[in-house]
Amino acid sequence: MDLALAPETLARWQFGITTVYHFLFVPITISLAALTAGLQTAWVRTEKEKYLKATKFWGKLFLINIAMGVVTGIVQEFQFGMNWSDYSRFVGDVFGAPLAFEALIAFFFESTFIGLWIFGWDKLPKKIHLACIWMVSIGTILSAYFILAANSWMQHPVGYRINGAKGRAELTDFWLVLTQNTALAQAFHTLSASFLTGGAFMVGIAAFHLFRKRHITVMKTSLRLGLVTVVIAGMLTAISGDTLGKVMFKQQPMKMAAAEALWDGQNSAPFSIFAYGDVSKGHNTVELSVPGLLSFLADDTFDSYVPGINDTNKAEQQKYGPGDYRPIIPVTFWAFRWMIGFGMASFAIGLAGLWLTRKKFMLPQHLRVGEDEVPHLVLFRNKALSPKLGRLYWLVAIWTLGFPLIANSWGWIFTEMGRQPWVVYGVLQTRHAVSPGVSQTEVLISMITFTTLYAILAVVEVKLLAKYIKAGPPELTEADLNPPTKIGGEARDADKPMAFSY
Amino acid sequence: MELHDVWFVLIAVLWTGYFFLEGFDFGVGVLTKLLARNRLEKRVLINTIGPVWDGNEVWLLTAGGATFAAFPDWYATLFSGFYLPLLVILVCLIVRGVAFEYRVKRPEENWQRNWETAIFWTSLVPAFLWGVAFGNIAHGVKIDRNFEYVGSIWDLLNPYALLGGLVTLTLFTFHGTVFTALKTVGEIRERARKLALKVGLVTAALAVLFLLWTQIDSGDGKSLVAMVVAVAALVAALMANQAGREGWSFALSGVTIVAAVAMLFLTLFPNVMPSSLNPDWSLTVTNASSSAYTLKIMTWLAVIATPVVMLYQGWTYWVFRKRIGTQHIAADIAH
Repeated sequence: MDLALAPETLARWQFGITTVYHFLFVPITISLAALTAGLQTAWVRTEKEKYLKATKFWGKLFLINIAMGVVTGIVQEFQFGMNWSDYSRFVGDVFGAPLAFEALIAFFFESTFIGLWIFGWDKLPKKIHLACIWMVSIGTILSAYFILAANSWMQHPVGYRINGAKGRAELTDFWLVLTQNTALAQAFHTLSASFLTGGAFMVGIAAFHLFRKRHITVMKTSLRLGLVTVVIAGMLTAISGDTLGKVMFKQQPMKMAAAEALWDGQNSAPFSIFAYGDVSKGHNTVELSVPGLLSFLADDTFDSYVPGINDTNKAEQQKYGPGDYRPIIPVTFWAFRWMIGFGMASFAIGLAGLWLTRKKFMLPQHLRVGEDEVPHLVLFRNKALSPKLGRLYWLVAIWTLGFPLIANSWGWIFTEMGRQPWVVYGVLQTRHAVSPGVSQTEVLISMITFTTLYAILAVVEVKLLAKYIKAGPPELTEADLNPPTKIGGEARDADKPMAFSY
Repeated sequence: MELHDVWFVLIAVLWTGYFFLEGFDFGVGVLTKLLARNRLEKRVLINTIGPVWDGNEVWLLTAGGATFAAFPDWYATLFSGFYLPLLVILVCLIVRGVAFEYRVKRPEENWQRNWETAIFWTSLVPAFLWGVAFGNIAHGVKIDRNFEYVGSIWDLLNPYALLGGLVTLTLFTFHGTVFTALKTVGEIRERARKLALKVGLVTAALAVLFLLWTQIDSGDGKSLVAMVVAVAALVAALMANQAGREGWSFALSGVTIVAAVAMLFLTLFPNVMPSSLNPDWSLTVTNASSSAYTLKIMTWLAVIATPVVMLYQGWTYWVFRKRIGTQHIAADIAH
């Protein structure tokens, strides 16, 4: 692990780059599918045009985003075989099944119904068209569940036995793999974090327009939906994070000791909010810590014993034989804080926003605004924020768009790097998982190729998003307001241009 | 028939589904340079597959995922062994997916032209490379006793495999051409039918050569039947095309793909990846497959989910059953 050119180093970098990049798009896809579906449902039920405009606007951003999610997902399906062939041979019997389930159940669902939704505006009756986006949403959530169950098995392998003759793990209880508490907690945490991400995305973009006093009606609705999503999802992310943390304290004590850089076990273990100095040598220059909090995070009491890195390392050496079972401590330590910090910052900004823009009936007469006016930001009972502070809030709200993305990335870096040196915890080490037949040159070529391609696509994607964000919601056309009543479109429209074409 | 044999068939079915469906997608992509006379016609072509290409591509992901689950060693050897060609395919599929989705999102001509060029190349290259890959699988490659591929990239580019690549490229292009004739209206439809004859004849010449080579190399009675079906269907597809029976022509070019893939898998069985170094080192349905329990679960999944998938995917084709012509493409390019 210390060698810069150890066989697994490049393969790990590649997996890290492609996966973190892929996961920039995944949470936005998951949440925007559902939020867009919600807006379209509001349109179908109320026939208020602002909902249709909002559906079209967020739907467009959703599509720009899901395109990237889909194509970067292809790499995920194949790189286990490419760079991690020994991993694939060892775990395929167990790990392959949830992947196959994901493809056959979730991917088909998503990609078929997304086609119907994109091209179906003038081909499908209103309610069937609406059903399509809900199908996409269900597909994204199912997909997340299966892949998280697979990852949870790497974190905490269950429902398998080792077949010594074949030199591999074999599945004995698939249901257990799908429903073990690690999978449930991980899915709960990842999905709520996804909605926090999508909510913040909405808040940021709506704030951008409201700050410039554009597209006010649609953006006020969007802001509200975004804020409510951020607050609910933020709360659930914290709760599920706590649950997952407690599960991890039991299943991977090393990861959690490393999260705190707690070198030696102790009762009433503190949690440091901020540490300065070299945490890899024990963080004795801690600036700020909350006594007992780590113990609380571990098992709900402030004075319980939490094992440290050194104790856990010794325990693992006894169990698994000589070796170093420590992950890279500074990475886990800081990743854990950046995950929580950025995630919760976004939650706090959302909470503040929800209060500042609260509904009319909670405001005095002179602070209420009409449907097409930007809301006042009202902190206390009778007083709006000063223009300067108001401006500051809108700017912060715009910036919150990126916070959950940062938090998500560090969350994955934390949980994956915190599991090292294991790829399957307690069963298979990462250095035994790489492809023996693939040369370093080949890995280097593919890493450079993917990284370059991803970087170019990132620029293209962000520019495109910016263009459509700036453009705001589209004006509605006659065709938008008169969807067909027959599947396949009305006969009288046979020679009309398609409502949408590539 | 044991479960690993069932899964050998199912993997063949998934690849067949993939080549049948994305086959015409790739073909349509190639036609954007071969058939379209202007950018409006390119858009007509792209929109014939617009709503469906993404769902079609999932057949590949499912084939990959199912191979991982049912034959972990096959998955591991194949994708680590064919590393660089697979990398190229992945890059193409990434760019291609983005190209479809992003091309129309900006009005600038440069932007659109670049993505159009991308659609052509990223359709052509994988259509060729899949043939190279399957040619190598059928022919056998240098696999050692540990199931590791020990050949080099140049070993993969042997004449037989390259011929296989030309066959899939032309066959998919033919498939895409008859698909275009079936899905378009107006002048482009007529030209597609004319082009289908030319492409079909080239395909037939290459396919007969490749399939005969395969038959002599490793064929038996069953593979001979598959070969005859493939060739007969291709000829019949050409005749149907000449008679103006577009539906038949498309269905028959599909039969050609099904029979050709079936032939390759028939020559493989019971191997999944034969070793050219030593027959004992070949990956087979027995030594490369998962445990009986995993295969049982996977079988339940396949039996229940596959028909449902085919049902709703089929429904999509029905929803978008209307032919597309230049009049259906909105003039305002930016959406």
